[in-house]
Amino acid sequence: MLRLSESTYLAVVGHSLDGLPDEACGVLAGRLGTGKVVTAYRCRNDAASARLYTINGQDLLRADRDAQARGLEIIGVYHSHTHTEPYPSPTDVAQAPDPEWHYVIVSLREAEPRLRSYRIVGETITEEPVVVERR
Amino acid sequence: MPVEVRLPTVLRNSAGGRASVQANGSTVREVFEDLVRQFPLLAGQVVNDDGTMHKFVNVYRNDEDVRYLEKLDTKVSGDDVISVLPAVAGG
Repeated sequence: MLRLSESTYLAVVGHSLDGLPDEACGVLAGRLGTGKVVTAYRCRNDAASARLYTINGQDLLRADRDAQARGLEIIGVYHSHTHTEPYPSPTDVAQAPDPEWHYVIVSLREAEPRLRSYRIVGETITEEPVVVERR
Repeated sequence: MPVEVRLPTVLRNSAGGRASVQANGSTVREVFEDLVRQFPLLAGQVVNDDGTMHKFVNVYRNDEDVRYLEKLDTKVSGDDVISVLPAVAGG
């Protein structure tokens, strides 16, 4: 299960919309194994593409350091799909770096953005529930 | 003098669960060689068997990506922090 606050949820969806026409991407910080996202970091998409994303390395380094200073760690990554379903593409699966991470995809295909979260272990994709917590 | 090496979550299981380890060396390559001596499960995960850097990791000396320095031959000294992070990409 992935749990995130309403403000983090809106930040991720908002960044996805801001990134149009390209895919937007960022990383999620929290405590591994809890599924609870404490904060999201926007990262630049070095691929600058509507079909691909590459997290800017310096942005990831900065996010990792900030998370570490707060006693957190990177527990996942989000990116948008501008024209396709919120489901991991073969490229997403092939390049998924960490089986313990949460892989969040925001689809902007329909008028209403749709956010989904997955675990990717090897080539096995499992969708997990997403809980948006209103404080 | 050992340098600090920070490992991403995906490599920590290969390093006894540690997020940060100490290793000796005067270049990034030597530091990783020492790391593999300490944690043999890390073999092939940062440096390929042919001695090149793994495609899906980024290695930083402090704030600088070593790919834009001298790659694995980048010099390190005692107060440097080497950070290993996954290259995160997809479609």
